[in-house]
Amino acid sequence: MLKIAVCLKRVPEMELRFSIAADRKSLDQGGLKYEISDFDGYALEVGLRLVEKEGAGEVVVLCVGPDGVQETIRKALAIGAARAVHLKADEVPFDGLAIAKALAAELKDGGYDLILFGRMATDTASGTVGPMTAELLDLPCVTALSHLEIANGRGTARRDLEGATETVEFPLPAVLTIDEGIARPRLASLKGIMAAKKKPLEVKPAQLGQVSLTVEAMAMPPERAGGRIIGEGSDAVPELVRLLRTEAKVL
Amino acid sequence: MGATFAFAESRDGNLRKVAFEAVTAARQAADASGGGEVHALIVGAPGIAARAAELGKYGADAVAVAEDAGLERYSPEVFAATSAERLRTGAYRAGFFAASAQGRDLAPRVAARLGVSLASDVTDFEIQGDAVLARHPAYTGKVIVTLRLVGAPALLSLRPGAVAAVEQPRVARVEAVAPAIAPGAARVVVTEVSQRSAAKLDLGEASVIVSGGRGLRAPENFKLVEDLAAAFGNAAVGATRAVTDDGWRPATDQIGQTGRVVSPNLYVALGISGAVQHLAGMRTAKTIVAINRDKDAPIFKVADYGIVGDLFEILPRLTEEIKKARASQ
Ligand SMILES: Cc1cc2nc3c(=O)[nH]c(=O)nc-3n(C[C@H](O)[C@H](O)[C@H](O)COP(=O)(O)OP(=O)(O)OC[C@H]3O[C@@H](n4cnc5c(N)ncnc54)[C@H](O)[C@@H]3O)c2cc1C
Repeated sequence: MLKIAVCLKRVPEMELRFSIAADRKSLDQGGLKYEISDFDGYALEVGLRLVEKEGAGEVVVLCVGPDGVQETIRKALAIGAARAVHLKADEVPFDGLAIAKALAAELKDGGYDLILFGRMATDTASGTVGPMTAELLDLPCVTALSHLEIANGRGTARRDLEGATETVEFPLPAVLTIDEGIARPRLASLKGIMAAKKKPLEVKPAQLGQVSLTVEAMAMPPERAGGRIIGEGSDAVPELVRLLRTEAKVL
Repeated sequence: MGATFAFAESRDGNLRKVAFEAVTAARQAADASGGGEVHALIVGAPGIAARAAELGKYGADAVAVAEDAGLERYSPEVFAATSAERLRTGAYRAGFFAASAQGRDLAPRVAARLGVSLASDVTDFEIQGDAVLARHPAYTGKVIVTLRLVGAPALLSLRPGAVAAVEQPRVARVEAVAPAIAPGAARVVVTEVSQRSAAKLDLGEASVIVSGGRGLRAPENFKLVEDLAAAFGNAAVGATRAVTDDGWRPATDQIGQTGRVVSPNLYVALGISGAVQHLAGMRTAKTIVAINRDKDAPIFKVADYGIVGDLFEILPRLTEEIKKARASQ
């Protein structure tokens, strides 16, 4: 029996054009489309495979956010999660600690063998919620895994550190954050989509607590003064080297 | 007056460049809050204490060193417990970590232990009264978010290369401390490490990165990329996901949204189209050079200097000219 929690975030599709709302501190919601954050999709896939291999158990999806996240939750249920908990909050704070507190409060007595996260959410790109949740629950934690095996109540994982690859071992229960490429995420089948409508989805208030990291402003990155083509073919090389030396001063 | 804290990352018995960047940032934050002391922490195997004085060069007033034979490699639990313990010893205004592979794992743990918030992967910050404002590229680098951190200590992890290390020499007091928990008590144990050649410069440390994309056409052609990197003297080699997915280069060389995020002084993109996911990993480089045969390739939009043409024709000449230019200095 493996009981696995997968914490998912709903994020805007990153391929779209973003613009900043009039308050200068949020995204213009018009035209945004949402999806499961990339790495979280890998975490879901890892959870499903582990339960399938074990032959017994379930994957439970947790998601913090407004009512709109239920669409994302249904997607995860359609892909294969057994049930879900929606931790309801009017908005998802940028503060990873607040989110971790809400998740930890729900996970604490859940009896999970593994709690999985993506390496980071693609919107806030912070990667803090997983390891913070682990600390709040006082559980062993390995981040940014590229390989994972579970056997006899222990896990073996591989993670890439700069310049080296580590193999680590840890006891269950544990918190893991998953890097991409570990397993190709499956798509929802039609049968899965139908079944998802009937799967249990529990709604509870998110106990975010105090938020001490907030968004002060959002802006588009300064346009790089880029776009300067200095020439064609190898004849442009001397000019490039001159500019690197005299203007960019990198030689 | 506010004292500040910096975690000084080390590897293989040496401090990393990001350690000097963290101390520099801590110095700036202390000066901006009325001139408090900067306290740094080094955790490592016996012998690392000999490096502590180097942090004084960048403005550290005191360096605590936790040495243990079991700490040759990063142990998340020991490093986090020891950092949290040091941060509890003083009334710190702010604490700085590197947003390196190690720091991205360490900093959130420390923050949760202390019950304070963390701004991650910060490119720039300022102290504003009781708050710290931190800038962080989010949404695959398409949006720059300014975050307001209240409470103390405000913790920040800094994007490698974003805050340049600046020398502000002083003599640092060095103090030996015990790791907050015994390395043998850690629940997560490293059982194997496959090291890449030590000679290879890490992407996070390099001031120049030369990257190749699918335009290189075959793995053996990366020799051209390596030759150019060697000509710069201090360059590391990166790659796009198209290249790492095909196994032409190791996955650890991948730059972008799902790979490494870098901020070198110079980024040279060779045969790279400039997909948003790649740009997310390198658009904060100070200078960007692109060589691509397609004049409409999106990489040219962010390039300070672009050359349109066949890289197989251009690269050998560029490598020669860079060598010549560096020899004549
Ligand atoms: C969720 C997701 C995450 C991703 N994460 C990343 C990531 O982290 N990093 C990343 O890099 N990509 C990432 N990608 C992939 C990304 O979208 C692009 O597919 C990839 O960056 C393209 O790599 P490339 O530029 O090498 O190849 P291509 O897009 O095929 O470009 C090759 C370029 O080489 C040029 N060229 C060809 N021959 C020559 C020649 N002889 N001389 C000069 N120029 C030549 C061509 O004009 C072309 O512009 C991600 C994609 C997704 C969907």
